[in-house]
Amino acid sequence: MISSIIFIVVFLSAFAFFGFKILKIRRNILLGRNTDLSGNKGQRIKTMLMVAFGQSKMTARPIPFIMHFFIYAAFLITQIELIEIMIDGSTGQHRYIWHLVEGSFLGSIYTFTINFIEILSVLAFVATIVFLSRRNIIRLARFQKPEMKGWPSKDANIILFGEITLVTCIMLMNSSDVALQRLGVFHPTDTLIISRAIADLWAGIPKETLLIMERIGWWGHILGILGFMVYLPFSKHFHIFLAFPNTYFSNLLPKGQLTNLSAVTSEVKLMLDPTADPYAVPAPDQNAAPVKFGAKDVQDLTWKNLMDAYSCTECGRCTAECPANITGKKLSPRKIMMDTRDRLEQVGRNIDKHGKDHQDGKSLLFDHITEEELWACTSCNACVQACPVNINPLEIIIELRRDLIMEQSKAPSSINTMLNNIQNNGAPWQFSPQDRANWAQELNT
Amino acid sequence: MGATPIKVPTMAELFAAGETADILFWVGCAGSFDDRAKKVTKAMAKILHHVGLKYAILGTEETCTGDPAKRAGNEFYFQMQALQNIQVLNMYGVKKIVTACPHCFNTLKNEYPELGGDYQVVHHSQLLQELINAGKLKVEGGSFKGKKITFHDPCYLGRANGVYEAPREVISKLDMEFTEMKRSKAKGLCCGAGGAQMFKEAEPGNKEVNVERSAEALALHPDIIAVGCPFCNTMLTDGVKHFEKEATVKVFDMAELIAQANDL
Ligand code: SF4
Ligand code: SF4
Repeated sequence: MISSIIFIVVFLSAFAFFGFKILKIRRNILLGRNTDLSGNKGQRIKTMLMVAFGQSKMTARPIPFIMHFFIYAAFLITQIELIEIMIDGSTGQHRYIWHLVEGSFLGSIYTFTINFIEILSVLAFVATIVFLSRRNIIRLARFQKPEMKGWPSKDANIILFGEITLVTCIMLMNSSDVALQRLGVFHPTDTLIISRAIADLWAGIPKETLLIMERIGWWGHILGILGFMVYLPFSKHFHIFLAFPNTYFSNLLPKGQLTNLSAVTSEVKLMLDPTADPYAVPAPDQNAAPVKFGAKDVQDLTWKNLMDAYSCTECGRCTAECPANITGKKLSPRKIMMDTRDRLEQVGRNIDKHGKDHQDGKSLLFDHITEEELWACTSCNACVQACPVNINPLEIIIELRRDLIMEQSKAPSSINTMLNNIQNNGAPWQFSPQDRANWAQELNT
Repeated sequence: MGATPIKVPTMAELFAAGETADILFWVGCAGSFDDRAKKVTKAMAKILHHVGLKYAILGTEETCTGDPAKRAGNEFYFQMQALQNIQVLNMYGVKKIVTACPHCFNTLKNEYPELGGDYQVVHHSQLLQELINAGKLKVEGGSFKGKKITFHDPCYLGRANGVYEAPREVISKLDMEFTEMKRSKAKGLCCGAGGAQMFKEAEPGNKEVNVERSAEALALHPDIIAVGCPFCNTMLTDGVKHFEKEATVKVFDMAELIAQANDL
C-alpha cells in the first residue's frame, strides 16, 4: 500500500516537473521572431518520417548509425513495458497484464514483446559501451573540441551511464523474477530467453534476497526512467522529442537560398527610383514592427532557429565537416548551436527572475559568438547537410553577419572594400564596368 | 586559340535589330575580369557559337548579382544589384539564363524570384549535358584518352542546389579515367572561397582550406582536376601550385575540356 502511494506521488511529480519544463522551453522558443512554416504538410510529414523516425541522415556514418539505432529502438519499445509497470506500481499487483492475457493469443504477444525488449536492451547495452569508449577511451576528435569541455562531455556520459543502469535494472528485475518463478514464489511467465540464462546465475540465492533483488530492479528501472525524463530538459538528450517537430519544420527550399529581407526592398526601391518600380515586390506591411536587420541576440532569430538550438544533439557531425573547423579556425557550427541554446536559457532565466523586459546588457553576438568565428564561414552548407536532425547553423551565422554589417557597420576592411567595389564598379573587384565585355572583343580578333 | 574570330552578340544589339535571344549567357564578374576565368568564358562562348544556339550576353549592362554582398550580410547592396539587374533582364524579356558561375546560378535561380526576377536558370554543366544528350554537341575524347580526371563539386551547385550528376555526365563523355575524391557530392569539401571568403584573408587557423582540398585531389594522382566554378578554379589552381604540381596537374573548367575536345 505504502509503496503504491510512493509510486503514484513520485510518478506524478516527475510528470508535473517535466510538463513545467516543457512549457518553459516552449516559451523560450517562442521568444523568437515569427516565420511562417505552415505549408507543404505532406512533404513535411515525409521529411519527419524519413529523417527523425527513419534516421535517414544517420546512415552517413554506419557504425554510430547501427549503435544509435539499437538504443533508439530499445528506448521506443521499452515504453510499452512501462504500461505494466505503471499498473503494477499503482495497484500493488505483479505482472498484471500477463495475468489478463495468459494462455490467449495476446499472451504470446506479451511474451514476444518482453523478449524483444530484452534482446534490444542487451544490444543497447553493447552500443552504450561502444559509445562510452568512443568518447572516453578512443577519444574521437569530434567529441574533444573546445566547446565540449566540461558540462557537455559530462552530460553525454551521465546519459550513457544512466542507460547502462536502466538496462541492468531491467535485466535484474526480469531475471530475479524468473528465479522466483522457479522457486514457485511468482506465477510463471512464458520463456524469457535472456533472463532465463541470467537466472541460472542466481541459483542457490534464497527467496528473500531474490525478492529484494527483484524490487531493486523494478524500482531502479522506473526511477531511472522518471529520472531520465526529469533530466532531459537540461540535456542535449532533449533531441529525442524535438527531433520530430524540428525535422517537420525543416527548410524545404534549396540550401543555397538565403532568406529575403523584404523590409530592405522598399528602401532600396526608393533609392533606385523615387517614382516607383513596376517590377518591385508588394509594399511591406504597414503594421510591421520597427525594422531591425539581422540578429544580435536570440530574440532576433526565428523561433525555428531557437528550436534548432534545443534540438541539437551536440554530435559534432556539422563541425567534423566544416571546412573552417577542419583547417583550424575557431568557427564550429556545433558551438554556434550550443551558444544559441545557452544564451536563450540565460534570457529565459532572466525573464523568470526579473520579468519580461529585463535587459542584462549581454547578447548572443559578441558575448557568446565572436566576429572571428562568423567571418570564417564559407557558407558551404556542409554543416546543414551533415546534421542528422536538419538543424541550420548557417542561417544563424548569416543573421549575425547581417547585424554586424547593417546595424554595427563592423566588417573586415577587405569586406568593406569588396562592398564599395560592388557599389561603385558593379563588381567585387576594382575594374571598370566598361571593360566587362573586353573578353568578347578579344574573341572577335 | 581564337583562330576564327567570333562575334558575341549583346542583348542590346539584338534588341536594336528587333530580335531576341533564346538564352542569355550570364558571364559573371569573375568570368568578365579574372584572367583565368575569362578563358572559361571564351570556351563557353565558342561552344554556344559552335552549336548554333541563339544566345547573347548583357555586355556592359551586366553587373554583379550581389551574391558576395548578400553572403557578407549586406542585404542593401545585394538588393541594389538585384533590382537593377532584374530591371535590365525583364526589359529584354529574358526567359532562360546559362552561367558558368554557381554563385550567380544560385542567386539568379533562387534569390531573384522574390524580387520580381523569374527565369529558368541553368548551370553550364546542365546546358552542356543537354546539348550532348540532344546530339548537338559531339565529344570525341581522343586527346584525353588514358588520362585521369577528378571533379571538385562546387558547394553552390552541389549541396546548395542538388546538382551532382550533370557535371559528372559531361566529364564522363571525355573518355578519361574518372576518379572520385572521398569527400564528394553531398560530402564535398569547400574550396574555401564561398560566403565572400574570396575577398578577404582567412581567419587564423593551421591551414588554408584550398590546400586541404588540393591535397585530397592530388592524392588521387590525377592529370586533370575538373571544376565548374571560377572561384574553385582559382583556389585549386593556387593549391596545386602550393604543392608545386602545376607542371603535371592541370585545373580545368569542364567547358574548357569540352571546347578542347571539339578543337574550338
Ligand atoms: S556553412 Fe559555414 S559553418 Fe557550415 S560547414 Fe560551411 S563553413 Fe562551416
Ligand atoms: S547542429 Fe546537428 S550536426 Fe551539429 S552538433 Fe547539433 S545535431 Fe549534431
